[in-house]
Amino acid sequence: MDKMQSFSNQLERALLMLDKGAAEKTLKEALTYGAPADIAGELVSLTLNRIGDAWQEGKLALSQVYMSGVICEELIDKVLPPQSQMRKSQPKMAIAVFEDFHMLGKRIIFSSLRASGYELMDLGGGLNTDQLTEIVEKEKIKILLLSVLMLPSALHVKALRQKLNGTDVKIIVGGAPFRFDEELWKEVGADAFGKDPAEAIKIVAQMMEEMK
Amino acid sequence: MLLKDKLAFKKNTTTIVIILFFYAPLEVEAFGGEVIYAEDGPPNSGQPFISDIEKIAQLEPPKISESKMLHKVLHTIEKLKEKAGSEIPIIGVAMSPFSLPVMQLGFEKYLDSMHFRKDLFEHLMKVNEEFCVDWSNAQLEAGATAICFYDPISSPTIITRENYLETGFPIAQRTISRIKGATATHFASGNCLPIADLVSQTGTAVVGVSSKEDLSQLKNNFKNKVTVLGNLNGIEMRRWTTEQTTNIVREAIQKAAPGGGFILSDNHGEIPFQVSDEVLKTISETVQEYGKYPIITSNGN
Repeated sequence: MDKMQSFSNQLERALLMLDKGAAEKTLKEALTYGAPADIAGELVSLTLNRIGDAWQEGKLALSQVYMSGVICEELIDKVLPPQSQMRKSQPKMAIAVFEDFHMLGKRIIFSSLRASGYELMDLGGGLNTDQLTEIVEKEKIKILLLSVLMLPSALHVKALRQKLNGTDVKIIVGGAPFRFDEELWKEVGADAFGKDPAEAIKIVAQMMEEMK
Repeated sequence: MLLKDKLAFKKNTTTIVIILFFYAPLEVEAFGGEVIYAEDGPPNSGQPFISDIEKIAQLEPPKISESKMLHKVLHTIEKLKEKAGSEIPIIGVAMSPFSLPVMQLGFEKYLDSMHFRKDLFEHLMKVNEEFCVDWSNAQLEAGATAICFYDPISSPTIITRENYLETGFPIAQRTISRIKGATATHFASGNCLPIADLVSQTGTAVVGVSSKEDLSQLKNNFKNKVTVLGNLNGIEMRRWTTEQTTNIVREAIQKAAPGGGFILSDNHGEIPFQVSDEVLKTISETVQEYGKYPIITSNGN
């Protein structure tokens, strides 16, 4: 079996058992095979992708996805501190909860992206169109990830998109309304929709590639 | 205004039941939480009022008599009961003690307390159980026929079956046994097939199911134990055509209605304002046409 696959299996088992010690041991062993940024990108992304996919298939619970992301983020922060030059070089990215204070979805995506070696700003929750427009323009955000819980908030993404039309920011949406109506993200003018952390990581990686 | 709307609706359509769901954060409002109102959707909960999980230790259940909003709900139930009599069941609403904390302290802190601070988690459940039982029984005393017990956090979409066995399951069993009337457990769009055997043992009479799970499978798993309520996709419903609506409703009836034990409904407990009257009318007409017993199934039997 491929070495990385074997590490990924071990890491997945440790994460699902909430065994931080075993997860750290696996990561340390894997680090002897490559640079921290590569390990973060490959091993952690691979493992979190599988955990996210299993949630989509109804085989795992959201609490497991959340705890896995948080543990990985903490471990990766030890080997790749937030300001480390070894983190991936990338355009500016931010995440927010749009018009809401239900933060779990944002936290899961934030942790999963950081654990995969990306750096992003956490803008918090309860932000509306005007506040987000101001932040995106001021901070020159290139990728904006939005977590949404309620249908009206999802529909308001359309107004945000229109206000940001003069900028080159890409909007990635996620959350319950988009999962229950998979056409909705196109209707509101988002650039992409991620069902789970696995998809969010893939979409971000692809967008980063296109922005090079 | 709300009361007038409810009664006007009764005159214009075939009203089978009135579910008195004011808004999800009503109960956290009684605890001192913030509610955010919107013009195009239901009120939503604001910042969780427990910012530091250590404060859980001081939390006490609020008195129902001291909350203006809870009092308004009870008054509405009394007025509806006066007008509707025993002709139309009135369903009160209560959040499960296990699911309320998402609005009390936020999802992350709640999961952290569940996994790492069992002392605080247990105190929180004790407080919420007392409140949920008092609040449910107050609604029943005011004239509600049954209680819809919202418990989305117990769904396997959110926590594992093993975790449910240790937490949500015994909490639901204890709480439901103290509610002096029938309950309908609702998972608010969350899945429930992996815990169907356990849900049937909580003492609940009805289970609200998700559009993400197959109705035939759900019906088989709950057959002769618990009535299935669901599972039209309220979010997608916004874009349904008349033809689609008829087909989806007919299929749901054909899958789950034979043999009884099925109530057609949306899958979340709330149909968004943005769904057209035309779609709602078509749902009602399709039920009138295909929902009468004996049910004609897709193969003509």
